[in-house]
Amino acid sequence: MELSKSVRQFLLETGDIARFMGRFFHQLIKPRNEYAEFFRQCYVIGYNSLALVGLTGFIMGLVLTLQLRPSLLRYGVESQLPAMVGIAIVREIGPVITALIFAGKIGSSIGAEIGSMKVTEQIDAMEVSGTNPFKYLVVTRVLAATFMLPVLVLLSDAISLYGSWLGINIKGVTSFDLFFSQVFNNLAFGDVLPAFIKTFFFGFAVGIIGCYKGYYSNKGTEGVGRSANSAVVVSSVLVFIIDLVVVQITDLMGLN
Amino acid sequence: MDTGMKQAGVRKQVAETAVIRIRDLNISFGGNHVLRDFNLVLTKGESVVVLGKSGSGKSVLIKCIVGLLLPDSGSIEVFGSEITELNDEELDHIRVKIGFLFQSNALYDSMTVRENLEFPLRRRWINVEQDEINQMVMEALTNVGLENTVDMMPAELSGGMRKRIALARTLILKPEIILYDEPTSGLDPVTGREISDLIVEIQKKYNTSSLIISHEMNTVRRTANRIVILIDGKCYADGTFEELSASTDKEIQPFFSK
Repeated sequence: MELSKSVRQFLLETGDIARFMGRFFHQLIKPRNEYAEFFRQCYVIGYNSLALVGLTGFIMGLVLTLQLRPSLLRYGVESQLPAMVGIAIVREIGPVITALIFAGKIGSSIGAEIGSMKVTEQIDAMEVSGTNPFKYLVVTRVLAATFMLPVLVLLSDAISLYGSWLGINIKGVTSFDLFFSQVFNNLAFGDVLPAFIKTFFFGFAVGIIGCYKGYYSNKGTEGVGRSANSAVVVSSVLVFIIDLVVVQITDLMGLN
Repeated sequence: MDTGMKQAGVRKQVAETAVIRIRDLNISFGGNHVLRDFNLVLTKGESVVVLGKSGSGKSVLIKCIVGLLLPDSGSIEVFGSEITELNDEELDHIRVKIGFLFQSNALYDSMTVRENLEFPLRRRWINVEQDEINQMVMEALTNVGLENTVDMMPAELSGGMRKRIALARTLILKPEIILYDEPTSGLDPVTGREISDLIVEIQKKYNTSSLIISHEMNTVRRTANRIVILIDGKCYADGTFEELSASTDKEIQPFFSK
């Protein structure tokens, strides 16, 4: 049976991404370690995303609260609003929405940056000047994305919960202490840990796809645009796939 | 001394002073056979121009020399080391002695001119003092007459200035061989002439060996000690500008006709 062209293309690209990941782990353990570039990338990827992640997190918490409130009011369980919002944000909405925002901002910028370096021979120039471009460009960016997304998610969760508290206080009165004690009393270890761990995988997926798309960019400036675009699309889809897998695993472990 | 002995003597001298020796080089991409049994020798202090049509494999040739591309078969010896058999560390050791001026300049967009020039220095010599780095950066910029651009970004520079900065970055490690990929393409005739003169000046000042890829006759005339014409992936002709421009060969003539 002959595979259709698009299926064949999909399988070939999946194989290429797997090889690229293999190369990443191989280069990760090889000297020389690019600490300075890694910390610079942490600053670029993490610090520069703070405002966007903070803003979207705040709006997410506020809107979720305002949307949930009428339904809970109808069933007379308005008092459960902090618990419900807290679990929804910490377990699912916070990590996934932040990862999608992160894929849009960081995945595209990594894809475009490395892609333009590729088509303007900057990667070749780096190699000729005695630098391992894979280690310098790819390993540092993937690691920075992997370690910065969890930090951003923690921050986004906190800001979301703050937004939720403000949302509750638009039409009612709940003290800050009461709101947060209700949130934390209803959050179990099994809610927080899997949600936190999966953000490392989300960050890794965004970083590796952005770098892969950029590193194999071709066809000039048009190719760079295409790399940035497909980096966002593929890493966003991967975020959902990883989320699905993590939910199944936590379910099997009895953590849901 | 008979002719045979003279030729043997010349061959021995070339073998002793050859910095690059390419034998029977073959490389293909898909079904496109770009270089076929290509041979070339570059001796110390010599400036060889490889002349050929667009897409004839000139850039592929110099990328093979620095190990950016691996040939299908054949031998590339640089300073006596077989490039195709070296590991990454050994290849890096050879690359220190080779400068590469890219056709697109390949300046790092996100770095200032100073950072662009510092980059190869910092990668090669980890423990070098900042004062020494500053001195080398300024010396390289002075060589290309652009010492006042040190804190500018590449995007703020003209095409000719970017080419000069790229040349300064190539020079900063004081290479023994410089590979130029279309050094004057995309430049106006005046700037092109200035870059060609700069190449000659640098070669005299540092006694470097140069392999220049070009199809612009003004550049060829100014910079070449010897010209190699690449046709169908092979070394079709080899000689001085005067010898080749006087040729009546139908394949050679179009390169020199006005």
